[in-house]
Amino acid sequence: MVLDGKRPAPCFHESFPPLSGETHIPMSDPTHDHTDFIHSEEFLQGLMSRQLKLSIACATAFIVLLFGLPLMNYLAPELMAKRVGGFTLTWLILGVLFFPYVWVIAKWFIVRSIALEEAEVQVAAEGNKRKP
Amino acid sequence: MNLTAFHLLAAAAPDKGIDPWILAFSAITVVVTIWMGFRSAKSSKSASDFFVAGRSVSVGWNASAISGEYLSAASFMGIAGMVMLSGYDALWYPVCYACGYLFLLLFIAGPLRRFGAYTIPDFAEGRYDSPVFRKIAVCFVLFIGFFYTMPQMKGAGVTLAYIFPGLPYWVGVLVVGAVITLNVALGGMKGITLVQAVQYWIKMFAISVPIFVLMFVYGGYGKNLSLNQSAADSAPAIIQAADSGEALRKPLPEKAPKDEAWIAPFGPLTTKAAKAAGLTPEEAKPLSLLYTFSLIIAIVCGTAGLPHILVRFYTNPDGIAAKRTTMWVMILIGVFYVFPPVFGVLGRNLLPELYAATGSKGPDKVVLELPVLIARKYGTLGSVLSGITCAGAFAAFMSTFSGLLVSMTSALAHDVYGRMIRPQSSPEQRMRMFKWCAVLVGGVSVLLGSKVEQLDINFMVGQAFAIAAASYFPLLFMSVWWRGMTTTGAATGMLSGGLCALACVTLTSISDIMAKTSKAAAELSNVTWEPDALNAFWIGHPLLRILAEQPALWAVPLAITLMIVVSKATRKTIPADIRMKMLVLHAPEALGLKQEYIQEHQGPAH
Repeated sequence: MVLDGKRPAPCFHESFPPLSGETHIPMSDPTHDHTDFIHSEEFLQGLMSRQLKLSIACATAFIVLLFGLPLMNYLAPELMAKRVGGFTLTWLILGVLFFPYVWVIAKWFIVRSIALEEAEVQVAAEGNKRKP
Repeated sequence: MNLTAFHLLAAAAPDKGIDPWILAFSAITVVVTIWMGFRSAKSSKSASDFFVAGRSVSVGWNASAISGEYLSAASFMGIAGMVMLSGYDALWYPVCYACGYLFLLLFIAGPLRRFGAYTIPDFAEGRYDSPVFRKIAVCFVLFIGFFYTMPQMKGAGVTLAYIFPGLPYWVGVLVVGAVITLNVALGGMKGITLVQAVQYWIKMFAISVPIFVLMFVYGGYGKNLSLNQSAADSAPAIIQAADSGEALRKPLPEKAPKDEAWIAPFGPLTTKAAKAAGLTPEEAKPLSLLYTFSLIIAIVCGTAGLPHILVRFYTNPDGIAAKRTTMWVMILIGVFYVFPPVFGVLGRNLLPELYAATGSKGPDKVVLELPVLIARKYGTLGSVLSGITCAGAFAAFMSTFSGLLVSMTSALAHDVYGRMIRPQSSPEQRMRMFKWCAVLVGGVSVLLGSKVEQLDINFMVGQAFAIAAASYFPLLFMSVWWRGMTTTGAATGMLSGGLCALACVTLTSISDIMAKTSKAAAELSNVTWEPDALNAFWIGHPLLRILAEQPALWAVPLAITLMIVVSKATRKTIPADIRMKMLVLHAPEALGLKQEYIQEHQGPAH
């Protein structure tokens, strides 16, 4: 495919072959016929919306604490200044507990997104069978 | 601890000679860096080794290398100093530095790796089929890169001058610049991956071991914090002389922030503009909240837009490895970032005399100075600890500079030479060019670094983040998730956001320098300080001052809005094969769409 006579879009592999470690299960049509399922609008939209939903769900969990903490400091200063083991509550949350909270979100995202990718491969395989 | 010990503490450090332990540990770090550079240079043979480490770096190594690269001089020394100086508000820096990675993981890391472009300019051109856009992206890589390099160089100069009292500042800059340039020129990305990974562990060791010893001797994190009385506390803070294991506190000097302001949110950092305007604490509070939000956006989005971090995602063998790497990076840097604030808290109690000076002569050196207290008490053990922290400081600016050097050199060798000047050049020629560019960029960095002794490390890093947040982050985020983006839309948004952020932070830093100089002059001639026109304007308009000092709150939405509006207006120029590009960005790699895309683009040439 030529893009209006422009130079082809650069891709790393133009100059360097893919690594031997990279495994690909070529499921797309080798003749690059773009009418099969995985090239369809339906597949792309489903793919992007599922990924975006997951990312937004995780981002929301993060943002709630990220922006909620200053807001709590603003609205409930006495509560946030309560002492817990020498720390003020807000210091304990920000300086210590924030990190594990984010790790949990990240771990959940990774587990879910890897599962999502596996499911996508299944969907693509089945879709291609249905729509030859 | 009795009064004699206090006198000893007060006399610590500034006039000391060269401590052999500090010298030994620092020398070992430098020698190990050079040795590893030479060693991995032997295995860096192909151009892909130089640019993306052969794309074969394992998750563990890559995560350690990214973390090593990310934890700069500002993280190692600056954050402790900032917490000591500003208290609670400064905690947002380490937290957002570490957690900004989550945004990268959620929205950018996977698609970027799947796209398989080489550098950010590659992505810009690949996504929009526009060589002009590549040029704009290259300029941004170099600009943000040099901006971020200067504080690293300053860290090098300051630390070396601390270890060797009397050594001129520029010598440190030159030595560190030369060592890292040699490493990068010899081994490229592959060469520095191992070095940066090892340097992460040196830094982790160097920040955690001294803090555990200090906490054992002077009491824990919470205990030291409890000595600061907040407005809500009923009992007065315990100021006591203490024995081993007990927290103790020296009286705070005049210049130190008061306990209530220091330990509570909306303290000196976020209320500066409002205070200058003479607002009451109640009036200042909403402005401080706004400042905090803007700071959070700048660091979180800026992390996701720093070019030297992004380039590392291309060194992962696949998208899943890219995600796993990000997870580990968050754990590694998260654990690290718990420690610098502890130094700040202990420093406030044990070394309040540092409040008397500013910058690298004041709280910024608290990380290097605290272990000296142990040396006064326990002799050699303390010297060893000081040696370890200095080694960590060395590792900090060396590893970050290595990463910046690679990303800037790649921009020159791959994007400027390999794509713009000589597109037909062979991989070997590009590799040779990489080495020359490394020397050139290294030279320029040393030159720039030697000129910035007077500037504040954290402030400069903050500026780099704000600019990256308003330029690269919107570009990457929107390009990955919205297929309606056009070249004109993307370039307009990125340039407007980035330039507005740059203009604002430059304006505020110029006015700060002007105020500082005129205040000093007024003090000398014993007259009351009269603000100049710009500073008088800021005093009259604290809200505008906050929005200019922390522009992310409006600059990021501005960039995104412009991208949407201009792209809609130019929707005819949406790349023809946008669906395929989106598929490559989002479809699981197992489907092999990337291979197909490459073959299609190469097709006519073969």
